[in-house]
Amino acid sequence: MLASLDRFGPELAVMATAGLVLLADLVVPRRHKAWLAGLSVAGLLAAALWLVILVLRGRQASFFDDSMALDNFSIFFIFLFIAVCGTVIIASLDYAPRFGSHQGEFFALMLLATSGMMLLAGARDLVTIFVSLELTSISQFILAGLLRDDKGSEAALKYLLLGAIASAVILYGMAFLFGIAGTTRLVTTNGAPSIASTIAAGDAGIRSALILSMVFLAAGFGFKMAVVPFQMWTPDVYQGAPTPVAAFLSVGSKAAAFAVVLRIFYEGFGPNTFVGNDWKEMFAILAAVSMCVGNVMALRQTNIRRMLGYSSVAQAGNFLVGLAAISALTNGRTSLGASGVVFFLATYAFTNLGAFIAVMAISNRTDSDEIADYAGMGRRAPIPAAVLLFCLLSLTGLPPTAGFIAKVYIFNAAVQADLVWLVIVAVLNTAVSAFYYLGVARQMYLETAEGLPTLVRAPWATQGILVVAAMGVLTFGVYPIPLIEAAQRAVNVFG
Amino acid sequence: MTSVPQEIPLEQFIVLSAILFSIGVYGVLSRRNAVLVVMSVELMLNAVSINMVAFAVYTAPTLFVGIIFAIFIITIAAAEVGLALAVILRVFRNRGTANIDEIDTLKW
Repeated sequence: MLASLDRFGPELAVMATAGLVLLADLVVPRRHKAWLAGLSVAGLLAAALWLVILVLRGRQASFFDDSMALDNFSIFFIFLFIAVCGTVIIASLDYAPRFGSHQGEFFALMLLATSGMMLLAGARDLVTIFVSLELTSISQFILAGLLRDDKGSEAALKYLLLGAIASAVILYGMAFLFGIAGTTRLVTTNGAPSIASTIAAGDAGIRSALILSMVFLAAGFGFKMAVVPFQMWTPDVYQGAPTPVAAFLSVGSKAAAFAVVLRIFYEGFGPNTFVGNDWKEMFAILAAVSMCVGNVMALRQTNIRRMLGYSSVAQAGNFLVGLAAISALTNGRTSLGASGVVFFLATYAFTNLGAFIAVMAISNRTDSDEIADYAGMGRRAPIPAAVLLFCLLSLTGLPPTAGFIAKVYIFNAAVQADLVWLVIVAVLNTAVSAFYYLGVARQMYLETAEGLPTLVRAPWATQGILVVAAMGVLTFGVYPIPLIEAAQRAVNVFG
Repeated sequence: MTSVPQEIPLEQFIVLSAILFSIGVYGVLSRRNAVLVVMSVELMLNAVSINMVAFAVYTAPTLFVGIIFAIFIITIAAAEVGLALAVILRVFRNRGTANIDEIDTLKW
């Protein structure tokens, strides 16, 4: 039990910090609310440190009676979530005063959502997956409406109603999975029956029930991943929610959803079982549809946050290419598709956070998210504009950015998995996406801004975060090997 | 330890749950008032709870995990409904309606 609690430490640290932040909120005077951000970041650092020590001690194992796992996969994602949450909290110092007396709640809910995501990365049991998913979702529903203005509450309502429906759909799928296997454990280490072992046994009689459950799970998690046809909430929430929350959702929530989908489908259902091809085909079709719809809808957007919303739908399609190509293997017998998804998610985290924080730095001063108001931004706000340009290049997938490497990696996986048609669709979509991504760049650098003033500079913390994000995108674009190896080690635990 | 009731086959519970779930989906798609949409989602969640408990009793009678799962669903659904009502109230204060057709400043 103590050994399990030890492995559970990082999550506990983040949850405890959330509680501490709420308590400290009562005594910290209003003009010093930034201290709460400091406390939150300190808690995240403590969690990261704890995890580093666990890794150094080699404590990777299944714990809490196989309902959680501390393996390379969950370690990779926990580091990612801590980094994303810390980045967003530091960058939101500039924005947080808008929350007025609710700044403490903002930081605490960010931490709670992050702890939910960390749990999701390690969850190996349907009950654990469901509870951590709801911990993440409910915190995010509140965060989306935290400003309590007209647009924010509309976004929160849409997000909440659709999210609750998605939860019900996921649960319906889980109920059938439980009925088939008679247990909620995805995998067990002590030889007890599990969902994976039931499916691997391949009794033809359970096939139709399994496919039913698979479709429900894919639909429900499709909502969380924001893939077509479950993407309706994405642009609305990205536009209506507070910008730091939108940044956090676009990266954290999506990465958590893909992590749990990899767990359920790769570890639970398995790529080589008698239903393996069914779910791979399902994801291939979802990928193609997401890319096409996301990119075409993004073309006509005039609001940059809505455009980023549809762009994230299209990017989710790119990630799904990796899931569809999961059976492509490297020489070391690592799944190219799965490691591609993990690698792509990490580079996407840098890129999209950079883009959203640049948008936040600019719109905080212009009070507008319209792309037309970005005219001449290259002169008016040099650093945010430069970082935004660089991140948009990475989202398009142009060298020398991390987005380029990630796309090449995942398309290579798809070619090896005989999904050439999907790669053709994806490459055509990349060309389409260049129109709207580079349209923003054109507006920022080629349109003149006669008579428009230079903007007040963003605080040093925001500028620093922007530079770090851009450096990350550049570094992993030029020298991606360490990150690729980490991603391959992460998915090797399922091999 | 729970005992398996002999008179009622498992299929009847699954069909009941499927019907309840479908009614919930129909309600979600057809109701205009946000509160009624939330009620329909509750129907969907309760359908799942029935399924969970039925499977727990019939297929894994020595494990309580299905029943515990149902308890978790009920608890979390309560939290979700509380939050949903708070958000609906906020929307209603902002624009004086809870009709989801009229909540359309963000679209396309």
